[in-house]
Amino acid sequence: MNFNIYDFTEFIISIDNWLKQLLSPGLAKITGMALIGVTFLLFVTLLGLSIVYIERKVCAFFQQRLGPMRVGFWGTAQTIADIIKLIFKEPLATKNSDKFLFNLAAFIVLISPFMVIAVVPFAKGLHALDFDIGLFYVTAVSSLGVTGILLAGWSSNNKYSLIGAMRSGAQIISYELSIGLSLLAIVILTGSLQLSVIVESQRDGWWIFKGNIPAIVAFIIFIIASTAESNRGPFDLAEAESELTAGFHTEYSGIKFAFFFLAEYVNLFIIAAIGATVFFGGWMPLHIGNFTFFNEAMDIIPPIIWFFAKVAALIFLLMWFKWTFPRLRIDQLLQLEWKYLLPLSILNLVLMTIVSLTGWHL
Amino acid sequence: MIKAIINYFKEIFTACRTLITGMKVTGYYFFHPKEIITQQYPENRATLQMFDRFRGEVVLLHDENNEHKCTGCSACEIACPNGSIEIISKKEIDPETSKPKKAIDKFVYHLSMCTFCNLCILACPTDAIKMSKSFEHSVYDRSKLTKVLNKPGSKIMAGIKE
Repeated sequence: MNFNIYDFTEFIISIDNWLKQLLSPGLAKITGMALIGVTFLLFVTLLGLSIVYIERKVCAFFQQRLGPMRVGFWGTAQTIADIIKLIFKEPLATKNSDKFLFNLAAFIVLISPFMVIAVVPFAKGLHALDFDIGLFYVTAVSSLGVTGILLAGWSSNNKYSLIGAMRSGAQIISYELSIGLSLLAIVILTGSLQLSVIVESQRDGWWIFKGNIPAIVAFIIFIIASTAESNRGPFDLAEAESELTAGFHTEYSGIKFAFFFLAEYVNLFIIAAIGATVFFGGWMPLHIGNFTFFNEAMDIIPPIIWFFAKVAALIFLLMWFKWTFPRLRIDQLLQLEWKYLLPLSILNLVLMTIVSLTGWHL
Repeated sequence: MIKAIINYFKEIFTACRTLITGMKVTGYYFFHPKEIITQQYPENRATLQMFDRFRGEVVLLHDENNEHKCTGCSACEIACPNGSIEIISKKEIDPETSKPKKAIDKFVYHLSMCTFCNLCILACPTDAIKMSKSFEHSVYDRSKLTKVLNKPGSKIMAGIKE
């Protein structure tokens, strides 16, 4: 096996060949799929645990607190303790709730992040799928999560849950438009929806720098709309603690509650990953045009570190939003989308087309 | 029409500016960990300093000669809304004038009933009592929360009158 931190293509092919030697073709394919599935499961679990810890710590620092400090060094084992507690808790269901849908909803919310994470290019050659309609697939699948939220709200037999779910539905359907349009602005420049091509097109500089003003506007719209789509504060009306106790997951307890929690944080990662891939070059190191010496110096840092550093920076930005801005009212939320973000992103798309046609971008 | 469009964009820019102002404040806190106000309580027990207006429990102040300022007027007892103070007074012969005079026998304070409202301290005409900063009041027996505040053998300071 030839492992190379800068290019995973050969490493993945060698694992594939090794499986094919060992097993029959059909079995090799199934084992390969299972291997990828288990890898993603482990990755998502670790990701959930670490992001929850980071979120609690970051939020505490924003609010002049220390956050979890008791379990482990600086509270690092706090989330593990939490998950152990949640596993041992009793999964309750409300009286007259639709038990089948109630149990199913917790899994459906987790399905959509898993489907999106498959196309995320973590490093060169390190992605489970590389569709030629990658970005289209991402926008299509990421909004499937709302089905889980709507099911959870409906089947709980609780008015708070239902209101939360309906709010979430209205919110995601409206903000989906702005996300699609803001991502399209970059697609105009790349000419491809394939995520690996989008990353490759940023070899001489990231789109946020190359794409002139429309790229920056597109990024701002993307970051606002995607915060809303993941139901994070300041757009967390779906769970609005002060009004709806916990919104759609009020009635969930134990491990099923943990699924909703996990889905929220994996969605956070996915938003940051898509944002980093489209606007900040994904795993592509920081390159400035033909400035060879600088580019080679930047290439020393492995792409996977670049990717996770960019994702971490974007996650930090989203956390900064969440712990600074107050929650919007439902009418303000829809007003923001339909009166401001959508017209602006359409205008931005036209502007980007002009920029692209006249060649004002780098 | 054009004015409306200008207003539309002006609104967006002012909104962005106010949002950035908010983010500056939280960003300052994030990058200045010295601003953190949380105290790690059991670890910093030796150096812990409670703030001035903290109300821990009622204490009767004694000076180095074991003398206090309480005249036994029971103003605090009357002021207390939930009866946590009981003044048991006695008659005592004043050495100067050799006349009987009222003095405290026991200043009984029920910590278990106290709500730390500070009304007794405000009512005291001679500033004999005050709120201390100690707060570690947990005991294994409820009866230990009933305290006699005047120390044994203590007497009133000279020159304190009702």
